[in-house]
Amino acid sequence: MIREKQVPMREQDPAVRAKNFDEVPFGYTPDEAAEEAARCLQCPKAPCVAGCPVGIDIPGFIGHVKEKNFAEAVKVLKSSNALPAVCGRVCPQENQCQGVCTVGIRFEPVAIGRLERFCADWEAENERCCPEIAPDTGKQVAIIGAGPAGLTAAGELRKMGHAVTVFELLHVAGGVLMYGIPEFRLPKAIVQREIDALVDMGVEIRVNEVIGQVKTVDELLGDGFDAVFVGTGAGLPRFLGIPGEHLNGVYSANEFLTRANLMKAYLFPEYDTPIKVGRRVATIGGGNVAMDASRTALRLGAEASLIIYRRSEEELPARAEEIHHAKEEGVDFNLLRNPVEFLGKDGQLVGVRCIKMELGEPDDSGRRRPVPIEGSEFDIEVDAAVIAVGNGPHPLVPQSTPDMELNRWGNIVADDVTGQTSKQGVFAGGDIVTGAATVIEAMGAGKRSAAAIHKYLMNGTAYGLRLCGVDHKRRSNRPGTAVRSRADS
Amino acid sequence: MYKILSKRTLGPSIREYVVEAPDVAKAAKAGQFIVLRLHERGERIPLTMVDTNTETGGVTLVVQEVGKSTREMGDTFHEGDSILDFAGPLGEATEIENFGTVVCVGGGLGIAPLYPIARDLHKAGNKVIGIIGARNEELLFYEDEMRAVCDELIVMTDDGSYGRGGFVNGPLTEILEAGKEKVERVWAIGPAIMMKVCAEATRPFGVKTIVSLNSVMIDGTGMCGGCRVEVGGAAKFACVDGPEFDGHEVDFDLLMSRQRYYHEEESCSMDQYLKEGATS
Repeated sequence: MIREKQVPMREQDPAVRAKNFDEVPFGYTPDEAAEEAARCLQCPKAPCVAGCPVGIDIPGFIGHVKEKNFAEAVKVLKSSNALPAVCGRVCPQENQCQGVCTVGIRFEPVAIGRLERFCADWEAENERCCPEIAPDTGKQVAIIGAGPAGLTAAGELRKMGHAVTVFELLHVAGGVLMYGIPEFRLPKAIVQREIDALVDMGVEIRVNEVIGQVKTVDELLGDGFDAVFVGTGAGLPRFLGIPGEHLNGVYSANEFLTRANLMKAYLFPEYDTPIKVGRRVATIGGGNVAMDASRTALRLGAEASLIIYRRSEEELPARAEEIHHAKEEGVDFNLLRNPVEFLGKDGQLVGVRCIKMELGEPDDSGRRRPVPIEGSEFDIEVDAAVIAVGNGPHPLVPQSTPDMELNRWGNIVADDVTGQTSKQGVFAGGDIVTGAATVIEAMGAGKRSAAAIHKYLMNGTAYGLRLCGVDHKRRSNRPGTAVRSRADS
Repeated sequence: MYKILSKRTLGPSIREYVVEAPDVAKAAKAGQFIVLRLHERGERIPLTMVDTNTETGGVTLVVQEVGKSTREMGDTFHEGDSILDFAGPLGEATEIENFGTVVCVGGGLGIAPLYPIARDLHKAGNKVIGIIGARNEELLFYEDEMRAVCDELIVMTDDGSYGRGGFVNGPLTEILEAGKEKVERVWAIGPAIMMKVCAEATRPFGVKTIVSLNSVMIDGTGMCGGCRVEVGGAAKFACVDGPEFDGHEVDFDLLMSRQRYYHEEESCSMDQYLKEGATS
């Protein structure tokens, strides 16, 4: 008889953790991991593998965990996932592997994410499993952007024996894993550990390299790189386009989280970058970034942290665990509310005017469309607001590569399978192609592109033709730089 | 790490650094900026490039010690020392072509970013009239450099301690009012209030006036949106859409209000620094 419920993962008490930046869950012990692993049926169909964007042999690694052969489990994991410590923490498992788990039909699904996290952390504390590197091919690949897509592509290509250089514009590698996702959800030391593992494999990482300005993609191709992978992500924050948005106290989620995470403003003045958090903070949006911002606000000392989201609980796009954690910590969810104006006094935000919403007919996304209830406006007193309604494509590489096709939103047009762009030798993947999505989807794209780049380098052609069904219309004007609002997207 | 090739003092709390960053030096154009970070605990500081040398790989910056980080840079970063992070070039380059007669106005530290623009405009065949000003004689720098790239140069100090007494907008208005020659374009770079006043001075004459905005920014590459400004009623990012904009379209009051947002924290940081010394 299998356990109906998952082995619980111990975590910090909500009241305590809402005041610190330490990681929330403690992770499994070896015994807890083995006990949870025993819940896996090892079913031959293994729907979980198909549910994983990087196709991890999930029953394979879990089988080893059950037997406490942790080193073997790590090997299986790492053969298909370069960043398991990250994925175990930030993947939306409930929509992927765990969402299709056979055990989940009757009981709680196997806690695959927790087991993945356990294995990665076990490796860090015990023996490092360095993957085998194929003999040098003499080929050089430039990767632009050291986020999830770029790092994954870098690891895969290095394993195949290519020389890989990653160019990152910020002062550290990691992309959104470093500047966006907070310490309490993804400790930066863990991200650094995964990056160090790539460096140990021989991947060269060059920070402070603003490709698009200091060098163009064409110049990289002329400098001896045989192929280029663009994984520059969705870094351009969207605003709402409502009055008062430029008042002091209104932040993009990128600014708020970058100050707190990348620049460590929570340690100001020990660190030089400050952050003004306010007494009452409203975060606009319902995704993971909104949860991260609202929980960061509490940790920075806000007395009240509110989520304002225009749809209902059911449509909240954040991971279930993040919503659960945010609620436990005291984040106040204001659902079916939409901001219509930021209110200011002497240039400083003092409130947000909202309108009540109700759900109408389903829209293009299949979710019921929120419709404003006329005359229902009301004001909420806040002194800071964080706008977390998504990001557009980072503009620097697309703008400086005139012969690379973009869609009308400024995303790079690339083949779904190979990542091949309209420019020879140039591949792209992750949010710069798809628009803002998840870490693991970007990693999946990086992995698929790496396989295609390998074929291109060895045979002179990436397999397949351009298959993607996305908008091929040529952009008519410079995309991306103007501040765009949600209404445009 | 990026080595400081040379350092010299231009005035009280004003220093010129040449930092070794060969790739940046090679790619840089007038009007663009870089972001640097002194050390592990440092903030990202945007600074407009003043000059570059592709042979030495040097990028010249002029820094006024107005806050904790710039003060620390002046106190503890010397020739031969290295800066941890240095990224660029950033922002759009100045539009340089032969317009005819142009006026380049620089106020205070704004003279530094103005210099390469005046130089390149001069090289492109423009008649360049320069107006530079500072609070007093001590704070005025780059007079010789500017004189070398301007067909005429007017020097102002607020207190009259050197050159003509008064603000830089005075001679700008005089030139436009005299109407001796048609001024095709004006650049005005300096404190926000000075740029606002210059833009107001040229508005009645309908002369396009370019200003360079120094709003608060973190990454400098389009990601944080902290540097957003309102230009012609639309939100723009100073880092990727600018830093130069049409001065007649800029909402300067908003810019100034946003620049003041972190004043309290900036003083706190400075106090802590003066009490405890450098963190590096």
